[in-house]
This record gives sequence, structure tokens and C-alpha cells, in this order.
Amino acid sequence: MDTKPSHSNRRFRSVGIVALALLGVFAVVATACGKSSSSGSSSGGTVKAAWIYVGPINDGGWTQAHNAGREFVATQLGSKVQTTYKENVPEGPEVAQVINDLIKDGNKIIFATSYGYKEAMQAAAQANPTVKFEMATGDSITLGQTVPSNYNEYYGAGEDSLYVTGIAAGKATKNNTIGVSAPFPIPEVIRGINAFTLGAQSVNPAAKVNVVWTKTWFDPAVERQSAESLVSAGADTLFSHQDSPSAGEVAKANNLPWFGYDSDQSGSYSSVWQTAATYNWGPFELSEVNKVIDGTWKQNNYYGTIADNFTGLAQYGSTVAAATKSAMDAEVAKAKAGDAKAFGWYWGLADRQDQDGKTVITKGQTLTMKDLYTMSYFVKGISGSPKG
Amino acid sequence: MSINDNIFVVIMASAIFYGTPLVFASLGEVLAERSGVLNLGVEGMMLLGAVAAAWVSTNVGGPAFVVLPLAILAAMVAAALGAAIHAFLTITLRVNQIISGLALTIFAGAAGLSSYLAGIWHLGQSPVAHQFLRLDVFGLADAPVVGPILFHQTLLTYISWIFVLGASFYLFKTRMGLHLRAVGESPQTADSVGIPVVRYRYAHVIIGGSFAGIAGACFSLMIVPTWVDGMTAGQGWIALALVIFGFWRPDLMLVGAYLFGALSSLSLTLQARGFHISTAFLAALPYVMTIVVLVIASNASSRRQLGAPAALGKPYEREER
Repeated sequence: MDTKPSHSNRRFRSVGIVALALLGVFAVVATACGKSSSSGSSSGGTVKAAWIYVGPINDGGWTQAHNAGREFVATQLGSKVQTTYKENVPEGPEVAQVINDLIKDGNKIIFATSYGYKEAMQAAAQANPTVKFEMATGDSITLGQTVPSNYNEYYGAGEDSLYVTGIAAGKATKNNTIGVSAPFPIPEVIRGINAFTLGAQSVNPAAKVNVVWTKTWFDPAVERQSAESLVSAGADTLFSHQDSPSAGEVAKANNLPWFGYDSDQSGSYSSVWQTAATYNWGPFELSEVNKVIDGTWKQNNYYGTIADNFTGLAQYGSTVAAATKSAMDAEVAKAKAGDAKAFGWYWGLADRQDQDGKTVITKGQTLTMKDLYTMSYFVKGISGSPKG
Repeated sequence: MSINDNIFVVIMASAIFYGTPLVFASLGEVLAERSGVLNLGVEGMMLLGAVAAAWVSTNVGGPAFVVLPLAILAAMVAAALGAAIHAFLTITLRVNQIISGLALTIFAGAAGLSSYLAGIWHLGQSPVAHQFLRLDVFGLADAPVVGPILFHQTLLTYISWIFVLGASFYLFKTRMGLHLRAVGESPQTADSVGIPVVRYRYAHVIIGGSFAGIAGACFSLMIVPTWVDGMTAGQGWIALALVIFGFWRPDLMLVGAYLFGALSSLSLTLQARGFHISTAFLAALPYVMTIVVLVIASNASSRRQLGAPAALGKPYEREER
């Protein structure tokens, strides 16, 4: 039309590119790199400690629990520690960069809280011998792999809490069908479902557990859909081994007892809430930071228990029968009476068969961490495949 | 077990419930695409809608019949604002539509603006105060077979059916719909007969965005129903695929949305009933279908035959006429 268009186009385009770049910068600032907070002064005499989270600190589940651990450390140590966190850090190449930045900032101990950070943490430990690296849920040491001596792994026997919640589920079910909605068929989840089932069978030998894999760590719609599929197949008690509370809606709509995982939903779903297995990360992390301060830190491959208050149970729901509550309390007392290092007291109470009837645990046997970390079978009474 | 626990009934009822956000989101996208603007920001706009709806339902006092429409309205406005950014960038500034749409999803989506707002608003600690529950329409919810499928859905599902009818009528039976399609096919020609191309594109990108907002509200008010970061979990991308899958026609897109819902339910329902087939295969089916359709639709001439707007993705510059 006229002779200027190309000129004005170029101007428009560059404005557009600048606008896009601004959007991009905002997005990045709003995410991984943006949020860190600190407590205490940064002057000498304080140790810097950092946490890396896979989700947002308000996810109502996994990351929120880890952040509570960080806050516990900050409150307990006051000016002796300066804590930092990075949230929404994807499991992948990005985490190596995040770790390096934290080291450059002078952090002396770094807690990484998702399994997918493991390789990057080990590599960083190799390259930075003066910094301590703490890998939650890591399994390399237990599986006998070679790791640097300034690298440690820690987790807890969540399955022990699940055994106790299983007792309540076994008592709650009327038609002996408990529906379990679970994320991925990995040893951590499989041993949890096995313990839950054994707990249910300990009070109700006829209890059957029906497992549906959602194949997602996080998809509220699929999590709800899986709970509905279990109810339509006859389950009258639900356990969702997932983070979002969407399965609770299904329980509420059908008025069925509901067990969550790793978060307390007793307030929002009081009409159906039973309890959940929970993790308490703070005390362990506090002791590790203290050891960095006084120079006694050592790799310890920690596996927390109910006895040392690392794992526990969320608040019981108001609909849980009094007899059920005392049965759970009695089992918790049993766990606490043992040695703090004792976990999995129930596995060897009897011969245990897998789904095919083959004996996988003999009476009196004690399972090692390695047995737990490699568990790949479902016990008898579970319907569903441990392969997914 | 009653007939309504039959696997077919369960899957169909589930397909419609979980397909509802896909219906809204893909309808919104088809309006934008019919005007010639591809908007890959659906996922981000849905999350903006979800967070706005959750805020209203949590914080606005009043009875459900007041709060829920307000929540939907807030979702539409929030998502439309996101769409307006895309419209400005791609229509006025003529930025590449793919890049702008992706930027919108990254900016607004999981771990972006929507999560930031939810954080400062303290959402997600408990379920929203008001939600869309399943209705018992005409008292037929328990009727054999048709009850759970057709008469036991939420109001949002019934609204989505009206939207599909309305969008079909608008696109193919009204003068404005004809103009819209002309803008998407050949903006030069449309412009030459006096159709305001830029205004059409702005209007449909923004209104389309507001539909994505309703889709997001389906998650925070109906499916979950609370705020969870990134709660749409990729459904916005499926909505984009559905537009192609439905050949840019609202009625076929509705069928596609329910097919996706059915396939995701199939895998879970079969597992719950003890059929041990590969869940990985079933879970992959919707995506296999999408790839097949994309392959068919990838060739320019077949795209035309399938109904793809010819000017889709191309910025319109009047000077180049």
C-alpha cells in the first residue's frame, strides 16, 4: 500500500520480542529462581543450609512437609543458621545448576528432597568435598553403590505407619474390599501397600485390597477418576497414596471411610477422614545441621522410624471408632517400645505369601533396608499387579 | 451389582464428567483458530481461570447460586486477560503465534502466575466453599443406563452442551460466523469486503480465552475441587489436539472430548475390575489417536479438506495486500 510497512513492521516486531522477553523473565522470576528466604543474620558464626524442593511449598503434601522441616531447623537454631530454599525445581539437568548456585552462595549443607536429584547430588558431592549433601529418599548407599563420603541419604519407614493405618482400614471395611489408588509400581509404594494390607489382615483376615495404578505423581483428575473406578468395582473403603485430596471428594460423595497419604485432611473431609501416614523431617535435619556446626557430620544412611518420631500418623478422623483408635495406639506403642532403630516389626509375624502363594517372608524373619528397597511383589490378598 | 455398575455405564458417565473441561477448552480454541489465531496458551489460561474461580468460591460470601456464577465469571475474565495479551502480541505486534502462546502457558501456568496468585491468596488448604455437584435431573439419576450417563452430571456439563450447540450454530448458521470463517480462511479477502479483520480476531481470541477459563473452573470447582498448583495437568494440550481431532467442528470435538475421557477411565476401570492388561498401552491410546490425526492433518491439502482455517497461524498485515 505504501512504502513504509517494512519499517513499521520491524519496529512492531522488536517491541513484540521485548514484550515476550519480559514475559519470559517474569515467568522465570516467579518460579525456580525467585523464592528464597532466610532467617538469622548472615554474619560470621552462622552456617548456611539450603533445601531443594520439587514442588511448591504450599502443595499440601510432600514439599510442604519438607518445608516444615526447614522451618523447624531455622526456629530451633535461630541465628546459628541461615536457611534458603528453592522450590519447583524440576528433576533434570536444571538441578545441577541450582546446586552449584547454592554452593557458590556459601551453603555448607544441602538437602535435596526428590529422588530424581540423586545423580546431580552425587556429582556435586564429588566436586565439592567441603559441602555436605543430604539426599532424601535416596537408595544408593543401601544398594551398595559407591558414593562420596560427604554424601548422605535419609528417609523413613513410612510403611510402618501404613501398617498401622491398615489396621483401621481392616476394621472400617464392611464388605472386606479396600480400594487403593496408587501412583507408580516402585518398591517404596509396593512395600507401603504390602504393609497396609498386612495391617488390615491382622485384624480382618478376610480383607482384600484392590490396587489401581494412576501412573502419575500428580494429576488430580486422574486421582479422582481412579477412586471412582474402585468404588464402582465394589470398594467400600478408600486409601489414596497420592498427594491431592481429590479422592476425598469421591469418599465424601459416597460416604466411605477415606485414608490419605502424607497430609492431614481431617479438617476438610471430617465426615470421611480416617488417618494418614506422615513424615516428620525436621528433627533429623536439625541434628545433621548441628553436626555440621560442631564438625562431627558423618554419612549415616538414616532410616527414620515411629520410635524416633520420624514417621507417624496424621490426626485420627472423628468417625474412627474408639476401638479402632485404641488398636492403632496400641500398635504405635509397640513400635515405640522397640529400639529406635527398629522398623518393620510386623513383616515376620507369620509366613507371608505373595500373590501366587509362594512364601516370600518366613516367620521370624527381619527385613533389611535392602529387602525393603528392592521389594517387587504384592502379598496375598492384593488384587492388582505389582508391575503396573 | 445393578446395571448401573456395568462397566460400559461407568465409563460413559465418567467420560462425560471428565470430558467437560475439554469441551469448554477446545470450544474456546476453535473460536480463536477459526479467526486464524493459534493459541497454545490454553493450559495457562485454564490455570488462570481455575485460580480465579477458586478465589471467588473461597472468599466471596453468599449462597451457592450467587457465588458459583461469580466464580465462573471471574474465571472467564482472568483467562480472557491472558488471551488479551496473546491477542495483542500476535494480532497487533504480529509476534509468532506459537512462541507467544507457549510464553503465555509458561507465564500463567504451573509454577507461574497462577501458582504465585494462589500462594499470596493462600488457596488450596481446603476444598472450595462452593462447588458444582452432580445433579439428579428430573429424578432420573438412578434410571437404568441413561441415568448415570445423562441425568447425573453437574450443571457445567449441561452448560457445555448448550455451548456446543450455540457454537455450531454461530459458526455455520450466522452471518458473523460466516465472517469469522472468512477471516480465518483469507483475511485479505475478508478485509476487502469490509469485514474488520483485527476486531474479529481480537474478539474471538479473547472470548475463546474466557471459555478456557471455564474449563479451568471445571477443575477448581467441580473435579478436584480446590486449588492445587498445576492442577490441569496437561489437559490444555489435549484440548488443542481435540480441535484438530474434531476437524474444527464443535460437535465432533464434543465426541472427541468424551472419547478422551472414556479412554482414561477405561484403563482405571479395567484395573479396578481385575483385568490385568498393560495400563501403559491404554494410557497411551489417546495420544496415539492424536498422533494419527496429526499425521493425517499435517499435509496442507488434507488440512483444508478437514476444515483447518487456511490462514491459521499467519499474522495479517494489511499493507501486504
